[in-house]
Amino acid sequence: MNERVAELRRQSLQAVPTITAERARLLTDFYQQGVRPISNPVQRALAFKYLLENKAICINDGELIVGERGPSPKATPTFPEICCHTLQDLDLLDAREKIPYAVDAETRRMQRELIIPFWKGRSMRERIFDQMTAEWKAAYESGVFTEFMEQRAPGHTVLDNKIYCRGMLGFEHDIQASLDSLDYLSDPDAYSKQEELRAMAICADALIRFAGRHAEKARELALAQPGPDPRRKQELERIADICSHVPAHPPRDFWEALQSYWFVHLGVITELNPWDAFNPGRLDQHLAPFYERGLADGTLTREGAEELLQCFWIKFNNQPAPPKVGVTAQESSTYTDFATINTGGLKPDGSDGVNEVTFLILDVIDEMRLLQPGSCLQLSKMNPDRFLKRAGRIIRTGFGQPSIFNADVVVQELVRQGKSIEDARNGGTSGCVETGAFGKENYNLTGYFSLPKVLEITLYNGVDPRTGRTIGLETGKATDFESFAALWDAFVRQLHHFVDIKVRGNNVIERLYAAHLPVPFLSLLIDDCIATGRDYHEGGARYNTSYIQGVGLGTTTDALAAIKFQVFDRGAVSMADLMAALRDDFEEHEPLRQHLVNKTPRYGNDDDAADAVMQAIFEAYYRAVHGRPNTKGGSYQINLLPTTVHIYFGSVTGATPDGRRAGEPLSEGISPVQGADRRGPTAVIRSAAKMDHIRTGGTLLNQKLTPQLLADDSGLSKLAHLVRSYFKLDGHHIQFNVVDAATLRAAQREPEKHRDLIVRVAGYSDYFCDLSEALQDEIISRTEHKSF
Amino acid sequence: MSQGVVFDIKKFSIHDGPGIRTTVFLKGCSLHCAWCHNPEGISANGEMWLWENRCIACGECLVACSDDALSLVDGVLSLDRSRCSGCGSCAEFCPAGALEYVGRTMTIAQVMAEIERDVIFYDESGGGVTISGGEPLCQPDFLEALLRACQEREIHTVVDTAGSAPPEALRAIAPYVDLFLYDLKLMDDAAHQRFTGGSNRLILQNLRSLAAGGPQGHAIIVRLPIVPGITDGDENIAEIGRFVASLGCIQQVDILPYHRAGTGKYGRLQIEHGLQETRPPSNEQMAQIAAALESFGLAVSHGG
Repeated sequence: MNERVAELRRQSLQAVPTITAERARLLTDFYQQGVRPISNPVQRALAFKYLLENKAICINDGELIVGERGPSPKATPTFPEICCHTLQDLDLLDAREKIPYAVDAETRRMQRELIIPFWKGRSMRERIFDQMTAEWKAAYESGVFTEFMEQRAPGHTVLDNKIYCRGMLGFEHDIQASLDSLDYLSDPDAYSKQEELRAMAICADALIRFAGRHAEKARELALAQPGPDPRRKQELERIADICSHVPAHPPRDFWEALQSYWFVHLGVITELNPWDAFNPGRLDQHLAPFYERGLADGTLTREGAEELLQCFWIKFNNQPAPPKVGVTAQESSTYTDFATINTGGLKPDGSDGVNEVTFLILDVIDEMRLLQPGSCLQLSKMNPDRFLKRAGRIIRTGFGQPSIFNADVVVQELVRQGKSIEDARNGGTSGCVETGAFGKENYNLTGYFSLPKVLEITLYNGVDPRTGRTIGLETGKATDFESFAALWDAFVRQLHHFVDIKVRGNNVIERLYAAHLPVPFLSLLIDDCIATGRDYHEGGARYNTSYIQGVGLGTTTDALAAIKFQVFDRGAVSMADLMAALRDDFEEHEPLRQHLVNKTPRYGNDDDAADAVMQAIFEAYYRAVHGRPNTKGGSYQINLLPTTVHIYFGSVTGATPDGRRAGEPLSEGISPVQGADRRGPTAVIRSAAKMDHIRTGGTLLNQKLTPQLLADDSGLSKLAHLVRSYFKLDGHHIQFNVVDAATLRAAQREPEKHRDLIVRVAGYSDYFCDLSEALQDEIISRTEHKSF
Repeated sequence: MSQGVVFDIKKFSIHDGPGIRTTVFLKGCSLHCAWCHNPEGISANGEMWLWENRCIACGECLVACSDDALSLVDGVLSLDRSRCSGCGSCAEFCPAGALEYVGRTMTIAQVMAEIERDVIFYDESGGGVTISGGEPLCQPDFLEALLRACQEREIHTVVDTAGSAPPEALRAIAPYVDLFLYDLKLMDDAAHQRFTGGSNRLILQNLRSLAAGGPQGHAIIVRLPIVPGITDGDENIAEIGRFVASLGCIQQVDILPYHRAGTGKYGRLQIEHGLQETRPPSNEQMAQIAAALESFGLAVSHGG
């Protein structure tokens, strides 16, 4: 990287994540102006406009892509209309050891004097908890599931190529056309649609104005530019020109394309704090025409394009995730906001999507080594091996990125869910591993669901043994089950019971967002909100999917396998002894615990006996969730990923029959229990492939490899073969941590020497030293594959 | 049905032949090299491994043992191998996996079932099966049956042999072997006998006959373990280079640095490692040896 990028990167890495009261203050100002005689969508649009008209404009020295969400890099706003932080929350954010956000006295004062007095009692978080039933709260507090929408807005979605073809003015034209076609005589929703569409138009205009303010600022800076070097002055003038053109109009070149996206991105993450922070989707395909044209007409070089991309990368890294507290902080303990750049895959016509920009992006990832944005390969059988091997050379450095997705399976998943083949090929994955149709789908993660906790409650006849409260169905005492089938039936009944509770809660929360916090700006970006005049939260997207993410598949499999084989099939252990051991957390039961660990078929070893149990759990979970209607005209689907929740769920789950002690982490994603896979990566892959990935919306498989394994090109080929084989078996996703356990232990002992150590956590990478000690231990204990 | 004694089946084996492979380790060896890193492969019979660090001193194994070979004193488990008949019943009872029976008797069908699980990886990577040991030719009938079964299923086969076996046994399997990994250690027969417990006469003779087919004959990679102070002498390397070059058809020589990964196994078998003081060769030394071999016109690759 050149000096400019190195300096920007250094500044980004050194910037301290802070809380800024700017957005909360402006929003409060806006709402304090009193009740207006306007509809809710228009009010939200005017609030958005007010924010963009009044927030500070930040253009950092030397940068080529401009715009920050806060007043400076890593200044992170709060969203009091969703979650109004208490002063204790702020103190905790400021003081906590992991993932802190600095809170200065002025911010704290503002929170106390202005923001809390206005928003307390009005936030979405309070509305949600107020509406949830006692049984929902009991299950939530016990750690059966988490709730994604309680501090952050539903917003998992990704942009397609529309902003590169049409500008905001084009969208305004479409909005007007939609307004003109409203049928007030026979459509009872015509007025609602009118208000939503008007709101969208206000938002489109607001973003143009926001860009215009950057143009003005750039011109001011250009005039004030001291010294004889005309270069920066010219750059600032160019930036001013760009910001006057995009996003109002379609971009004319590579630079404008990136800047246009960035304004849109800022709009989305300023309007609300949606999960997964939005992302540009198929960036390589979107940029390829601009790149090719630029090279052809001599206005762009490869180096120039690379520099612009590097500047673009820094913008992502400057935006830490909105601060999370409580259970949400535990389930997603990271600064990463899950913007993920997809590369490769297929074109809409089904042909190979890899192009020169793909390789350019991989070079940028390799050189920048930033936490954000995350990156992934959409690897199709049509893509060349060169693409996979280029990524392998990044993976083997231990950076944990990019992760690798099976593009052909992702397309099948999307088609199975009812997308058109073109929309499916335009889709990909975002966040951790979630499948979606880019630019056309509202696909929300709604919360993690702990399968081992459900099993635990089953074994305790509906009681959560940690609290002694009855929170499930009374399906019978463990010692009374006469067969494994009887226990299994009880487990499935509990599963449906808790999924019912979760879905009921979700369906209320979805309506609360639709009613109170419409997102007209996000809506104008996602088809077919403009055409239908409906908000993103109101089912305006072409496709609407609600995901519930199953967690602890490996733990549940090994636990049920232990019961099946040791108690019922072999009679080696009595249920009474097993239950006594679980109650005692295996204290004084170590031989029994060892027996369970070592003498039970376990998932991850290509052992059909264990894997059959896994398949049964998968089917049961699928049946419990799949196809239930959500409130947006779409349906529920499953996926299997954990972020960091397997640590939290583990902490509230007692000893399990697989020999896991109380409080220890659960297995993560669809990976085997940490250390249970003893037959190498091919066995893990074979086991994991026995579930029907195509019926999910994403699964997450972690593999840890030692650096030696990938040291030479032959090792790299082996990595490619492993990935290709897994994908032939229709696996959805695989990612690799390439680091030896000794290095991780050293980093644990001397974090200051290993601050740069990035490891793959779940669907994302993070700085190892920022992880909790429990999570660090868990990553070290994930089986490290090597081969002699 | 043909049965064999197998001491390990290792998946994702990537250093014993091309691609991703499954290596089947057959028990029993005609040599006992001082540097052996699979000492559990030497004896033809099943035997017990004792993992002291896994033992939780629960005493379940004492009840299971009908040979009175186990004792638990002050929480430390001991195995008296002079009494142990190698029945393996203690391993069944040991909850912690501290006692492990090494050397399962398996049928061809059982081994093939394991091998066939990873066919998709062989297909993708150009891999297959490697049969190693011990010395796989110590179980010639089982080895031949296994190789034939692989060939029937179009699975690529590699045999990793030290060549110390009756020529007819080698001849019998040769049609079913896609690639031989053929170990050479020492050219001086006295030294060979001293450090491996056997003569190299048969080994060299067998390699000559295998190579007699010329370039159209059997694919052979010669493998040379570099054990400091034993096999790394200039003269030994030069003689090996000269010998292999004279065969005219050897595609490649792999030099394998001595490593200490097998030392834990000696402890589990309660036998002493003969090379306590030996350290792995340096990268520089490996490079010098490679250069020496290359001077004979051989293609040399670093393995292991």
